[in-house]
Amino acid sequence: MTFTVLEFTVMVASVSFVAGLLGSLTGLGGGVVLVPLLTTFFHVDIRYAIGASLVSVIATSSGAAASYVKEGFSNIRIGMFLEIATTFGALLGAFLATRMPTNALAIIFGAVLLYSAFLSRKPRPQAQRNLPPDPLATRLRLNGSFPDEDGQRFYNVQRVPAGFSLMFGAGALSGLLGIGSGAVKVLAMDQAMQIPFKVSTTTSNFMIGVTAAASAGIYLSRGYVDPGLAMPVMLGVLGGSLLGSRILVKAETQSLRLVFATVILVLGLQMLYKGIWGNI
Amino acid sequence: MPERLLKPFQPQPWRDRRIEIILGNLLRTGVLLSAAVVLCGACIYLSCHAHEPTDYRVFRGEPSDYRTIPGVIQSVRNGRGRGLIQLGLLLLIATPIARVVFSIVGFAIERDRMYVAFTLIVLAVLLYSLLGSGVGL
Repeated sequence: MTFTVLEFTVMVASVSFVAGLLGSLTGLGGGVVLVPLLTTFFHVDIRYAIGASLVSVIATSSGAAASYVKEGFSNIRIGMFLEIATTFGALLGAFLATRMPTNALAIIFGAVLLYSAFLSRKPRPQAQRNLPPDPLATRLRLNGSFPDEDGQRFYNVQRVPAGFSLMFGAGALSGLLGIGSGAVKVLAMDQAMQIPFKVSTTTSNFMIGVTAAASAGIYLSRGYVDPGLAMPVMLGVLGGSLLGSRILVKAETQSLRLVFATVILVLGLQMLYKGIWGNI
Repeated sequence: MPERLLKPFQPQPWRDRRIEIILGNLLRTGVLLSAAVVLCGACIYLSCHAHEPTDYRVFRGEPSDYRTIPGVIQSVRNGRGRGLIQLGLLLLIATPIARVVFSIVGFAIERDRMYVAFTLIVLAVLLYSLLGSGVGL
């Protein structure tokens, strides 16, 4: 069945609004569910879906940056240094995306969705880290501090090469699939580099926009960004995520995360199925 | 290893914070501006094409009017809604690039040459993607 332009715009904008709202409330990001929803329910070619999703990722990351910055957790030196890795990765990812068969894209997408769902259920250890300074991190001036209940807390960044390599991978995934790949970015900073979780998530958000901009130019010039599709996706996701950052539903976040993680899991399985049985 | 290098580095928190807040506001302004342009384009597009059928099933790639900066500007001049939407999306892509440019200024004020160099590398990649891949043509 086909929709008229008006029907299509209203429906895609509504779905994108809900995705942006849930992504913002749960901290899992809205971009990751958009591509499977667009391909499954609206029968959009995965390349158009990826182009529209990438554009919306820039909007949410940049729109949220102002409020994150005020909290004083993000570290612009860590962000800028790691953006070298993510932007080169994003170029590679966008380059691969234009050459890869759509089935392979769907399979990788499915795997990333399953990983995101798994990660969101894993309990996060709240370790009090008190690590010695790492010479390379010190030379790169990555160590920093953030406000805590009892004044400023200082932290020392560890394992810079491992984090930098993971960030290259995060950038490549972002360029390949049109997602923010915040989950991999946080993994690189929080797990590999031992950066405090709050600093990792806010710095990651700050980096997502620049990373996505690095592949957006390539997507645009290859004709992946369709105005009729990108318009409702971008406006919907941006509206949803701005609303999500304003309302506080602390009590229900846990169950909301569970619901959203289940949605991600189902969509991931579906993408894998479609990728393997050539139905995309 | 000289002892100097092992001392924890303390960026001037006040200056860093101020730069970050300016950058954050710059990003928000850019996003809201581009959203406004996209919305204007959407109104024109919907008023002209609301009842036409959609089909995104088959990937054809966009025509050059919506793939390059000169093409987009030309279609905006012709009063096309989709051209205006693409212009808004170009503004959106330019927003993080502007942030990177301002970061260079911020690091230069702090006389942090290493980070000026890092930021220039990131800027070069971004400009290559936007201009080198054919969007500028």
